[in-house]
Amino acid sequence: MLASIKRVFISGWLTLKRQGDLAFATFFIMVMAISLITILFFLQGATNFLITNLQEKVDISVYFKKDSQAEDILKLQDELKKDSQISSVEYISREDALERFKEEYKDNPVLMESLAELGDNPLLASLGIRAHQAAQYEAIVNSLENGNFKDIIDKIDYHQNKEIINRVLDISQKIKVTGIVLSLILGFIALLVAFNTIRLAIYSSREEISIMKLVGASNWFVRGPFLIQGMIIGAAAALFTLIISTITILFLNSKIESFLPGFNILSYFRHNLFYLILIQLSTGIGLGIISSLIAIRKYLKV
Amino acid sequence: MISFQNITKIYNPHTIALDNVSFKVDKTEFVSIVGRSGAGKTTLLKLLLAEEGPTKGRVFFEGQDVQKIRGEKIPLLRRKIGAIFQDYKLLPSKTAYENVAYILEVMGVSDEEINKEVSQVMEIVGLRNQVDHFPQQLSGGERQRVAIARALIHRPDVLLADEPTGNLDPYHTRDIINVLLKINEMGTTVILATHNKEIVNSLSRRVITLEDGKVIRDEEKGRFFL
Repeated sequence: MLASIKRVFISGWLTLKRQGDLAFATFFIMVMAISLITILFFLQGATNFLITNLQEKVDISVYFKKDSQAEDILKLQDELKKDSQISSVEYISREDALERFKEEYKDNPVLMESLAELGDNPLLASLGIRAHQAAQYEAIVNSLENGNFKDIIDKIDYHQNKEIINRVLDISQKIKVTGIVLSLILGFIALLVAFNTIRLAIYSSREEISIMKLVGASNWFVRGPFLIQGMIIGAAAALFTLIISTITILFLNSKIESFLPGFNILSYFRHNLFYLILIQLSTGIGLGIISSLIAIRKYLKV
Repeated sequence: MISFQNITKIYNPHTIALDNVSFKVDKTEFVSIVGRSGAGKTTLLKLLLAEEGPTKGRVFFEGQDVQKIRGEKIPLLRRKIGAIFQDYKLLPSKTAYENVAYILEVMGVSDEEINKEVSQVMEIVGLRNQVDHFPQQLSGGERQRVAIARALIHRPDVLLADEPTGNLDPYHTRDIINVLLKINEMGTTVILATHNKEIVNSLSRRVITLEDGKVIRDEEKGRFFL
């Protein structure tokens, strides 16, 4: 059994070496296909970054009654920080709110005069809450309105901003779905092109396949070398694409970051290197083997 | 050992390759099948190899109906048969050595044994110095000798030879015919399809004559009549 496997491997390797032109053409197309898959992988990363960025701009403010105690508000802040849905909670005391208001509107004499006339600080203490995802605000607000601290809460601005928040959610969802659909379509096209290239390569060996069958080779003994060739070309294409991707990212990192501030593609590449290698290798080897298996079936009926 | 029973092969309404052909070939027989080009000789050999199926009738090999052999068992049938094809059918991406060795690899023979056998057979067919050549680097006659070597290497039960001397000079023709006779003496059944009158008449063996797909003569010590 081992001897047969060794023979199949050697036969596949030798044929690959001897049919260099055809092998190179197939290799080139595989590199194109895997490169497109790689680009789509990074595009997904960039899209997710954009969506997260967009959702992070959304936040809600909880305003507390004038007579509420700071330690109660701070207790609530501590509780909220433990909530896994919440990414940050910022406490703004009445005094801080007043200072911020004065700083923001210092050039507006009408507002400053009105404030001076009031005498008292009209602004309320608040907690600014940011959730990990915009979809989580509804649940957070519900728990605040029905929780232990509902008596000290004056108002929550979620209800006024609900429509905008939902619109942000909707846009994020649409971007995500469009991204996935486009990736699937383009990915499928790339795989189809590579598959047909391999089919053509096997078509050119159809006579050789029928001769092997006529002299008594079993289907697996005929298939084996072609699968090996598909595997070798696929693996080589994946490795080559990885090298090219790495070099490209090193060169383009700063340019991409200036286009998408905050998205460091090199860092994304490093964090996802294992998955990227897995995707590239499985695409290359999988495509090589599956395409060969499908393409050769027709010519084994001798 | 081999039996053709009422075989008819029709490719299309205008091409009847074989028309109700029946004959038997016993073990260790040497049979020449003769006739002009298009008489149906190659078609008979294709039916035995299960490369094609008959339109009507049955082909038996060692008591088994060839048509009823299941797909995965057909390679086993073909390993019992050595075939020399009219168009050589050599593997273009393999050297002469590798072409001859292929059938032994398929059968799982060890590398040492393959080396020994292939070297011997290449010596017999006079291609010792061309073992590393690819088919496209060989002459027509050399390719034919590689094809012959491949058909003999695994000592098959039956040897089918379709015009094995078509491209050979008289010296090699005589050598190859002697090899076929020798193999037959050692117990291999030989079916030789040819339109070479001199070869057939020199053999004094059974001759089946085909014309327009029909058997018109079947003689134990036959001759090739034009």
